[in-house]
Amino acid sequence: MKSQPFPLKILNILSILLFLAALAMVFLYAPLEVTMNYVQKIFYFHIANAWVGMLGFLVAAVAGVLYLVHHDLKWDIIELAAVEISLVFFLITIISGSIWARPTWGTYWTWEPRLTTAAILEMVYIACLLLRQGIDDPDRRARFSAVYTLIGSISVPITFFSIRLFRTIHPVLIGAASTSSQGSFDMTPKMLVTMLFVLGAFSVIFVTLFWHRIRLGQLIQLVEQQKLEE
Amino acid sequence: MLGYAISLKYMLAGYAVILTVLAVYIVSLFVRWQNLQRYLHTLEEINKKD
Repeated sequence: MKSQPFPLKILNILSILLFLAALAMVFLYAPLEVTMNYVQKIFYFHIANAWVGMLGFLVAAVAGVLYLVHHDLKWDIIELAAVEISLVFFLITIISGSIWARPTWGTYWTWEPRLTTAAILEMVYIACLLLRQGIDDPDRRARFSAVYTLIGSISVPITFFSIRLFRTIHPVLIGAASTSSQGSFDMTPKMLVTMLFVLGAFSVIFVTLFWHRIRLGQLIQLVEQQKLEE
Repeated sequence: MLGYAISLKYMLAGYAVILTVLAVYIVSLFVRWQNLQRYLHTLEEINKKD
């Protein structure tokens, strides 16, 4: 397998720099929120992880559709890469949200609509990875996975809109919050700039990790081919 | 209003989790890549001998 292409090497460096810059923006540039103080700073990385997590699940659904249309296993590699990376980012979203919730809501977890739909979303895609393991034939596995991620992607908009559709205690930062929401705050311009910067930084980090995971998938495919030739 | 000490404690815990999970995933990508490269190399050598 070839060494890393030049654009990927650039992305590696850019991702590290953007990650460090994002941390600097959060801790040195963004002001301290009056009510929640330091713990509010979790929100920047929490939102960015949720964004790339959901983005990846949608990318997986698109790759699934492309596999069903073209029957090319490269789309299965792309789909699997997107699912795996999104699971990691979404896991971070759920855990960091729980840690933020403890001092703000007084509990790590409550079965309110956003948390429930987020947990279901994570479990739907964990199940996808587990079920894939049980299918040996690559084409059958790819077909199953494509249909599964396509249907599973329905849970992405449900999770996103849950705080806007249902009565919930989860804060809504953009748009009108529910009267029962706890932990909402008004963003100052500096907070908004920081949030947008961290979102952009994590988008680049997502692309970098996605590319690496696709290359890993290609290597797995190469090993499987070699095993068949043996 | 939350106390500064408690708020700081949870913020540090949050970022520790974020950094740890990301680091573990990146290391897992690297380790899997290295293991597969070694395995592929072994398979290629066996195929050459055959």
